[in-house]
Amino acid sequence: MKSRQILVPLAAVAIFLILWEALVLVMGWPNYKMASPSDLIPAYEKYWSLFLVMGWQTLWRTIVGLVLAVIFGVALGMVMGFSRTMRDALYPLLVGFNAVPKATVVPIVALMFVGWHDFNTVLIAFIISFFPIAVSVSIGLSTLEPEYRDILRSLGASQSQVFWKIALPKTLPEFFGALKVAVTLAFIGTNLMEIVSPHGRGLGALFDSGKTNSDYPLMFAVLIALAFLGIVLYYVVVALEKIFAGWADRTV
Amino acid sequence: MDNLINIKGVRHAYHTATGPLPVLDGLDVQVPEGGFVAVVGPSGCGKSTLTRLIAGLLIPDEGTVQVHGSRITGPRSNVGMAFQNPVLLEWRTILENVMLPLEIVPTKLSKAEGQARARKLLALVGLEGFEAKRPSELSGGMKQRASLCRALIHKPEVLILDEPFGALDAFTREDLWQTMHKVKAEEPFTGVLITHDLRESIFLADQVVVLSGRPARTQFVMDIPGTGLRTLDDLYTPVAAERLNVLRHQIEVAQGRVPAAAVGPDLPEGPGRPANETVTGPLS
Repeated sequence: MKSRQILVPLAAVAIFLILWEALVLVMGWPNYKMASPSDLIPAYEKYWSLFLVMGWQTLWRTIVGLVLAVIFGVALGMVMGFSRTMRDALYPLLVGFNAVPKATVVPIVALMFVGWHDFNTVLIAFIISFFPIAVSVSIGLSTLEPEYRDILRSLGASQSQVFWKIALPKTLPEFFGALKVAVTLAFIGTNLMEIVSPHGRGLGALFDSGKTNSDYPLMFAVLIALAFLGIVLYYVVVALEKIFAGWADRTV
Repeated sequence: MDNLINIKGVRHAYHTATGPLPVLDGLDVQVPEGGFVAVVGPSGCGKSTLTRLIAGLLIPDEGTVQVHGSRITGPRSNVGMAFQNPVLLEWRTILENVMLPLEIVPTKLSKAEGQARARKLLALVGLEGFEAKRPSELSGGMKQRASLCRALIHKPEVLILDEPFGALDAFTREDLWQTMHKVKAEEPFTGVLITHDLRESIFLADQVVVLSGRPARTQFVMDIPGTGLRTLDDLYTPVAAERLNVLRHQIEVAQGRVPAAAVGPDLPEGPGRPANETVTGPLS
């Protein structure tokens, strides 16, 4: 059971890499059209220290952005979940805000806080990822069946007791669902800023330098490194979900 | 008689987008200490509003709701509630679910004592051995039994049951009726039962109150003498049949299907009618 859970995904990755390599080989594509996995190994060998430093930059900014998104998203979701008026007031604003393509916000933020690269990057990661969290928490709270509330309210429980004992735990499965979406969104935000910023750092900047220097295998190597970080962070969220909302999983 | 619950002349309207919607108009219900009153009436007549009034979750526009002689102005900790939806918390075990009210209500019980009491209640309703299970592992009837234990754990003065057996199949429901009698014998309570099931009302309660259609007023009251354990056989006697007939007739009146002039127990007296039985006519 345990070994199956590890071996099956690893085998899938191996098959994917083999197909990729075969595709490039059969089509006879040069590496500036499409790099193959075997082109990536020299890129990692050459720049491994840069990958570590830049990868860390990207990772910590994404995590800080995410943490902020969780705090703000949950707070906003609570406000909208408990108050009908606030929900009516904030929803159109929030939807409009979310509809704006974040790629267009990036240059504006980059100019607004020019020179504050860490701040800019964290800000974009945050802006892009709080929306699903706020929506899921607000829906989770507003769809709480009235009987759940009545069970505690009839005993004289306070609003905050209802929140901590029932509303919050009941919303956790939706929250973690949203967090999984937010993780990938936050990575997009971080990288957009790293690529666009003139003196950026992080994997996005490494990608940009690959473009400038026509080092195409490096660009592909960055994409794979980003995918790897995304997978790691995603599974961290899955592990947290198992701990805090494992009860919601009925498949076992 | 000393009434634990005293509801007098209650009027209440909900405020909707299309103006006020009166749900209760002239509601009178009295429940003596240790009594068990079943409230029946047509669908949507305001029965659930009544439970919210007794629980203090709703304050009526007019009239008074008193428990133990003091007027209800808000929720108190001496109420236990169970609904048609068992609303057990999926992230807690059955034992933890039953103990939930002890975390809210001020209690003298230590954690260990509370746990012992929860185990005792679960055993009483036939859920021994299920303490560590999750709600999703239980059948509908078992969930209702657990929900009943949760409503009783803090020894409430008033037990409010809002169609707790409504969603169960007939056999499970009859099982739970008998469990209710067992529970009442072991853990005496004063209860109000909202139900759609007339057989349930005469089997469980010692008084049945029929509400009129919306806005609801108290239309008819029937006493069911002989508290204590009842068996399902008691539902198949001529007396029970006559009571059901009278109640069914009252419901038809409440639904407006039969003219109000026909109100009253004008049915022929059935054989074997106990001498002490009182069938009270419509309240003035």
